[in-house]
Amino acid sequence: MDDTKKIIKEKEKWFSRQIDSSKIKDRTTSWGLDLNVVYTPEEMSDGDYITEIGFPGEFPFTRGVYPSMYRGRLWTMRQYAGFGNPEATNARFRSLLDQGQSGLSVAFDLPTQIGYDSDDPRVEEEVGRVGVAVDTLKDMEIIFDGIPLDKITSSFTVNPTAGIILAMYVAIAQKRGIALDKIGGTLQNDLLKEYLARGTQMFPPDPSLRLIGDIIEYCNSDVPKMNTISICGYHMREAGCSLVQEVAYCLSNAIIYIEEMLKRGIHIDEFAPRLSFLLCCGMNIFEEVAKFRATRRLWAKMIKTRYHAKNSKSMMLRMFSGCSATAFTDREPLNNIARGAIMSLVAVLAGNQAIHTTAYDEAYTIPTEEATRIALRTQQIIAYETDATAVADPMGGSYFLEHLTNEIEKEVEKEMARIEANGGMMKGIAEGSIQKDIARQAYEQAKKIQSGDTPVVGVNKFVSDADEYDVDIHQADPDVIKHQVQRLKEIKAKRNTKQVHLLLDEIRRTAASSNNLMGPILAAVHEYATMGEICNALKDVFGEYQENF
Amino acid sequence: MQNQTFPLRVLLAKPGLDGHDKGAKIVATLLRDAGVEVIYTGLRQSVDQIISVAIQEDVDVIALSILSGVHLEISRKIMNKLREEGVDTIPVTIGGVISKKDIKELKKIGITEVFPVGSSFDSILEFFKSRTKKVEI
Repeated sequence: MDDTKKIIKEKEKWFSRQIDSSKIKDRTTSWGLDLNVVYTPEEMSDGDYITEIGFPGEFPFTRGVYPSMYRGRLWTMRQYAGFGNPEATNARFRSLLDQGQSGLSVAFDLPTQIGYDSDDPRVEEEVGRVGVAVDTLKDMEIIFDGIPLDKITSSFTVNPTAGIILAMYVAIAQKRGIALDKIGGTLQNDLLKEYLARGTQMFPPDPSLRLIGDIIEYCNSDVPKMNTISICGYHMREAGCSLVQEVAYCLSNAIIYIEEMLKRGIHIDEFAPRLSFLLCCGMNIFEEVAKFRATRRLWAKMIKTRYHAKNSKSMMLRMFSGCSATAFTDREPLNNIARGAIMSLVAVLAGNQAIHTTAYDEAYTIPTEEATRIALRTQQIIAYETDATAVADPMGGSYFLEHLTNEIEKEVEKEMARIEANGGMMKGIAEGSIQKDIARQAYEQAKKIQSGDTPVVGVNKFVSDADEYDVDIHQADPDVIKHQVQRLKEIKAKRNTKQVHLLLDEIRRTAASSNNLMGPILAAVHEYATMGEICNALKDVFGEYQENF
Repeated sequence: MQNQTFPLRVLLAKPGLDGHDKGAKIVATLLRDAGVEVIYTGLRQSVDQIISVAIQEDVDVIALSILSGVHLEISRKIMNKLREEGVDTIPVTIGGVISKKDIKELKKIGITEVFPVGSSFDSILEFFKSRTKKVEI
């Protein structure tokens, strides 16, 4: 204590000796906290090291979820990929695995994400555009042809149709005779954030929540290595909310999922170890690392004290992080390689379990093969050529970082309390108030970039007169839709349509009851019921979401 | 006799399945703050829905926001439908992820103005202000 007092006194002297306040620019954090010029032990004196920071692999997991972090095992390098047709996607996946990628991440086209078949006239221009089209189990069989499901993990960026994609993955394993406890991966399956930011919602919030619960319950008993949900803050942040709100919305949504499971009589320790998270990694190095540390601590404390978990695995917040795509610019796109490297390094310093490095051309298109390779190489360079992996939480102990970690924790708690006082996330989503708040902030941020208050190199600062690089947008293969529609036609001709209709009726009956939907969906998928047929059966009972703005 | 400016009415629409509405919402706020009346359709509007709202609401401009790469296909559909309905005098603009090559193509199809990602607020406001009706009364 005496030491701290001495430091404070010396710091004051130093300040008057060295700093002319009129000559230094004010700096704040991205959420508006004023920053000192330098941080000292003064800012660390209020927290107890053992209870607040502690050791990696132990409560409150501030320093990381595993004891030896990357010395034990590197993070999963997971690049998002998916092309119009299943064959091309399969080829890209095989090539990524050959290059040393350790997990697959499937990008689906929008019709697949929202539940339309490729032959639906309402979606013809979208088939195979932003990812691979999946109409039936056949397409998934092609995507994973020759890929050993028991040796790799797969991440599926899919939300309202997550249960159907999961059923298809399970069906492939069953057909190949692979035990379901050997397959694993991650389903995004976070519907609440779709209403807030990403926009692939299909059903109203209540049945969406029920579907998520059914998936978690099913995986608990049948597919124990599947991360059942990836609770996302990323998309709200990209849509415009602050770093503090990103965490607050993410954890507030997590509370809704937790309570849905508890309502079903499932103990917190039975499902919490399989919850995973996706947060954004932006350009502010210290803020971002502090955010991940604060989020781990907030989660651990919440699960232990509010939900009385006993299993420490329930308290471990396992994270996947993606570079902020909005930090990327369409001007001088090669600069995005530098931005991606900084953000990926931040994700490593923050102790993520899986990382996606955004490809430099990803701001405007599905990345080219070269851009994808550079993105993967970026992570490999960090992993093998730097000492970022040498110790757990290498930035821990920085006065500034610890101060930011404490501040973010406090701010997130305040924001979560405010959300609860306003009636919770479900109410905020239904009324559209959270969406409006995000949109207003997005506008303010855009204004700051326009005015130059937020510097963006090559955009509003150091703007080059050189000819602008024209974007080369990935062209959808016009044959994709033809092939998809043809394949769909052949499958429909070959399958037992009578049986499919019986199974779709079973889905409707189950949807109207409170029984788990995964069994009937799996049965229908095995008989090659289509994505659109299954979704329409569910819509017959659940209805469709109407946007409120 | 005096010149009176009437607020411009703009239909801001998101056709297709793309859920990225950040840009559309930013432009909606930008135009509203500039005194433009903005009718925002929300996500996943079909071409028929968009044109029927445009006619009902008697809008001065139809502004589309598309980030999933389907701007050429959707624009062709929209322009055909506008002609079919006999309202192809309504100017149509598009914002989103659009290459220079496609900007030329879009203008050939009949799109009045294109605002690719990175367009300045000034350029957007300038266009819409130039469309504001000045009526003598």
